[in-house]
Amino acid sequence: MSGKPRLTYLNGRGRMEPIRWLLAAAGVEFEEVYLETKEQYEKLIKDGFLLFQQVPLVEIDGMKMVQTRAIMSYIAGKYNLYGKDLKERALIDMYVEGISDLMQMILMFPFSPPDAKEKNLESIKERAANRYFPVFEKVLKQHGQDFLVGNKFSWADVQLMEAILAVEEKVPDVLSGFPQLQVFKTKMSNMPTIKKFLQPGSPRKPPPDAHYVETVLKVFKK
Amino acid sequence: MSTKPKLYYFDGRGKMESIRWLLAAAGVEFEEEFLETRDQYEKLLQGGSLLFQQVPMVEMDGMKMVQTRAILSYIAAKYNLYGKDLKERALIDMYVGGTEDLMGFILMFPFLSAEDKEKQRALIVQKATSRYFPVYEKVLKDHGQDFLVGNSFSWADVHLLEAILMVEEKKSDVLSGFPQLQAFKARISSIPAIKKFLEPGSQRKPVPDDKYVETVRRVLRMYYDVKAN
Repeated sequence: MSGKPRLTYLNGRGRMEPIRWLLAAAGVEFEEVYLETKEQYEKLIKDGFLLFQQVPLVEIDGMKMVQTRAIMSYIAGKYNLYGKDLKERALIDMYVEGISDLMQMILMFPFSPPDAKEKNLESIKERAANRYFPVFEKVLKQHGQDFLVGNKFSWADVQLMEAILAVEEKVPDVLSGFPQLQVFKTKMSNMPTIKKFLQPGSPRKPPPDAHYVETVLKVFKK
Repeated sequence: MSTKPKLYYFDGRGKMESIRWLLAAAGVEFEEEFLETRDQYEKLLQGGSLLFQQVPMVEMDGMKMVQTRAILSYIAAKYNLYGKDLKERALIDMYVGGTEDLMGFILMFPFLSAEDKEKQRALIVQKATSRYFPVYEKVLKDHGQDFLVGNSFSWADVHLLEAILMVEEKKSDVLSGFPQLQAFKARISSIPAIKKFLEPGSQRKPVPDDKYVETVRRVLRMYYDVKAN
């Protein structure tokens, strides 16, 4: 038995991916258990592992943690990616929550009915380009620092980097109006732990495909 | 100019209500500005006050804070309602995540069609009694303490009380299978700051009505149909 955090989720991005990103950015190795069948999931519930009968589940430091935000706040706090004081934490929380709203749209996208996909893609593009990316472009421009908060690498930077790449997968030229974000993306890509995570063979999961959607529906279907 | 926090939202519960609860529980007086017209909202937008063009927004300690979770976390930490260490904070965050999910089913309720409302009411009760309440019932039973985490009043307790009362508004006897939660409800309700908040004339907002729905739709130009979960 190792002391590494153990992640239980499907073999795909979903709600676990930001957690993988954060652990990787913090240089923390982790193990993964993949849910493939309804029976596995029901057994986890029966054995009392899932506080609210839901995954993600992260076993870390003797706790069976659920609730994505709770897990990420814990990791950020533990690995010093949460700012130096309450006000920096507040900024990080604001930025992370905003990005999370954008990521939620991407999370739900594979599950949209076929006739809604085009509209939903437009919404993602519109929100990224008009609501979210302009905020971070401005933040970086105004303080001229490498990182979003407190001149120091934090959870907010990891989350923004993940979001940029996720949106680019759908809208390849989305950063064309955002020079600061282009520079930010390059800088983040070159940080050793992130660079490693972006290489093939890392725990990073590919974009969700039909098989992933099928597995989700199968495992969680009532 | 006062140094009280100032809350910008509609004159109704929505996403701001949990913030009102937490400030009240912490004994913090606050001011409110209610959005009634589209113009007011656009003025806030143009003035650059809304980071992601959304409310809730709370002006406090020199910040214009947005994002409900960020605001709540800040208040909890500032007023020592967030546990004594990282692990207690983790527990509080987990519990609050659950009650937030539960209240999420109720948040959209006023915007649903009459038919969807009936289905949603049943869903709320089902989730409350089979997924959420049993968890908190067990937590309280297992440690036998007055509060959810660390034998100390925290954000998790405030949030759970808020959730309990909201579900009871949908089904008044929903706590009948949960003796620990009944005792919890009585206990937390009698904490002076909370008792005060539960009295008429406080800043607690009533159950959302058609006028509230109409105001939100008008101000946000949110005229699309809201679907149930």
